[in-house]
Amino acid sequence: MTTAIAPSKTPSGIDVDHLLRMYRRMLMIRLFEEKVNELYTRALMPGLAHLYIGEEAVAVGVCEALKPDDFITSTHRGHGHCLAKGAELSRMFAELLGKEAGYCKGKGGSMHIADPDTGNLGANAIVGGSAGIATGAALSAKRLKTDQVAVCFFGDGAMGQGLLYEVMNMAALWKLPVIYVCENNLYNEYTHNSETLAGDILTRAAGFGVQGQSVDGQDVRKVYATAKEIVDRVRRGAGPAFLVCNTYRFMGHHVGDVNREYYRSKQEEQMWKTERDPLKLMADWLTKEQLADRARLDRMQAEVTSEIEKAVEFAVSAPYPSVDKVDQDVYAPNP
Amino acid sequence: MPQTRELTLGEAVREALAEEMRRDPRVFICGEDIAEAGTVYKVLSGLVEEFGTERVLDTPISEAGFTGMAVGAAMTGMRPVVDIMFGDFSTLVMDQMVNQAAKIHYMSGGKWKVPMVMRATLGATRRSAAQHSQSLHAWFCHIPGLKVVLPSTPYDAKGLMKTAIRDDNPVVFFEDKMMYRMKGPVPPDDYTIPFGVADIKRAGTDITIVATSSMVQVALGAAKLLEQAGISAEVIDPRTVWPLDEQTLVESVKKTSRAIVVDEGYGRYGVTAEIASVIAEGAFFNLEAPVKRMGAMHVPIPFSPPLEDATVPTEQTVFEAARALCG
Repeated sequence: MTTAIAPSKTPSGIDVDHLLRMYRRMLMIRLFEEKVNELYTRALMPGLAHLYIGEEAVAVGVCEALKPDDFITSTHRGHGHCLAKGAELSRMFAELLGKEAGYCKGKGGSMHIADPDTGNLGANAIVGGSAGIATGAALSAKRLKTDQVAVCFFGDGAMGQGLLYEVMNMAALWKLPVIYVCENNLYNEYTHNSETLAGDILTRAAGFGVQGQSVDGQDVRKVYATAKEIVDRVRRGAGPAFLVCNTYRFMGHHVGDVNREYYRSKQEEQMWKTERDPLKLMADWLTKEQLADRARLDRMQAEVTSEIEKAVEFAVSAPYPSVDKVDQDVYAPNP
Repeated sequence: MPQTRELTLGEAVREALAEEMRRDPRVFICGEDIAEAGTVYKVLSGLVEEFGTERVLDTPISEAGFTGMAVGAAMTGMRPVVDIMFGDFSTLVMDQMVNQAAKIHYMSGGKWKVPMVMRATLGATRRSAAQHSQSLHAWFCHIPGLKVVLPSTPYDAKGLMKTAIRDDNPVVFFEDKMMYRMKGPVPPDDYTIPFGVADIKRAGTDITIVATSSMVQVALGAAKLLEQAGISAEVIDPRTVWPLDEQTLVESVKKTSRAIVVDEGYGRYGVTAEIASVIAEGAFFNLEAPVKRMGAMHVPIPFSPPLEDATVPTEQTVFEAARALCG
């Protein structure tokens, strides 16, 4: 830590630097996603993107509890997970714009960002599709005795996918170090989960003997504290865990999903945005507890905004891959 | 190879797996009833005694789940071999193989690798009816990022399995369930067979019969009948249908000027269609007759023996087709 503030304990038991780092990371994700929306609106970004705005506390709270070499798998709504696990803004933007400098040389795009350097096994555009991969990474960690854990992020929509239950069963049988994190944002695309999910989400894990917990996904301190306890337990060999983070998708299913009134009301969205915004909740708490003043948070916002502007500039001016790269990387070369 | 013994195809597969597991501690096998049971065909009998239950890992009946786990394990340092009891169950693993394993290397810009093998069976005539008799290997050939192996002899099975395990890509390895007891010479040595290299199983001058897996023996039987009829047939086994040794196939047909392609999968949009097209494009001006395709009849595989037998090419039907082409 380079800051002058002493790492004093706070009312949450988390030191100040750490709290500010989590706030900054959430801010980075928020501003990143707002910029993505702008790039889409200005027709500068090919394709679509699924924005994580409103859910920032989940990715940041969970990933803050992980070591750099721990694994994550992510989803179609994955920018937040990638950034929370340590991805660089410039290479993220470059990938979203389909540029050679992107994390996947422009071959993956918004829904497939992957990065071995930050333990990111990849975002996945099949709902629930990475549950096997995360569980397999946990199997490797156990067999190779690397002390790593794997976190599998998915939404409440993935509760409809059988793969998840198959691998949860095996993870429990073999006590694998994997944490299944359900981001319950209430909507499976354009459908409220009251129409898609029977029974209760949390208790599904109990049938496998997997310990399940739920947490307010808008409160990054609570997400972090809960995730830390779970990660430590799983790393010690207690077997898999299931964490349900109750959250809300502030925007549409994707950037083009603008008119949403046929599946949810503006009042509902407004309530979450004004009363349950994870950044606002954290900023209010930090100032109320006098851990940071508004001026400091504003400075932080200016810094992150500037970083994002630079990253976008880099990505916009970066070259596309040359067309002769199109058939490279289909097969890995054998040694 | 002075010490070459006779092994069955099943024993050859097992020997390859055992040798690779001894050589590389990252290799493990997972699947249903593979440990103490040794698979339904007893192909893996004895492995759990040597390597233990962590490396010969019995799974629940969750094909998608354990295949997906193998993908993740392969990405993170292990080299899994997935056992899919019947190739018909490929339907259950398609998302993991097609959308995950096959694409991860490309989608990540070449950063993640998926060095895994999926073993499965193919082949009819075991009176197992429509859900345990299909030959669905063509599905995997259609997908960039996968390699597809079809051994037809014990020798090839051992060498190709070793290559599959050492490959840094997802490889799908189909074994004909009717050939597990077929014997052939297999050296005890550590040898590999490169992918994309066809093997001329029998040299000939009048017609080329390209045959895969279960159909290689059928083609060789037909070639004997043809010899008695005064026709010299060349039988070529591509051994891997992707990568495909197009050059050897085309060169042979340029020489013989006639070709039949025999594969136990469905013909429509299948392996025979692809290979026939390769031959037509590569040897068009040398062809004396249209390329003939023979595969499973386009029906669900029936149970009743006389019905089932009618769905698969035989020595006799291949012989008759070849004689007609040469007529």
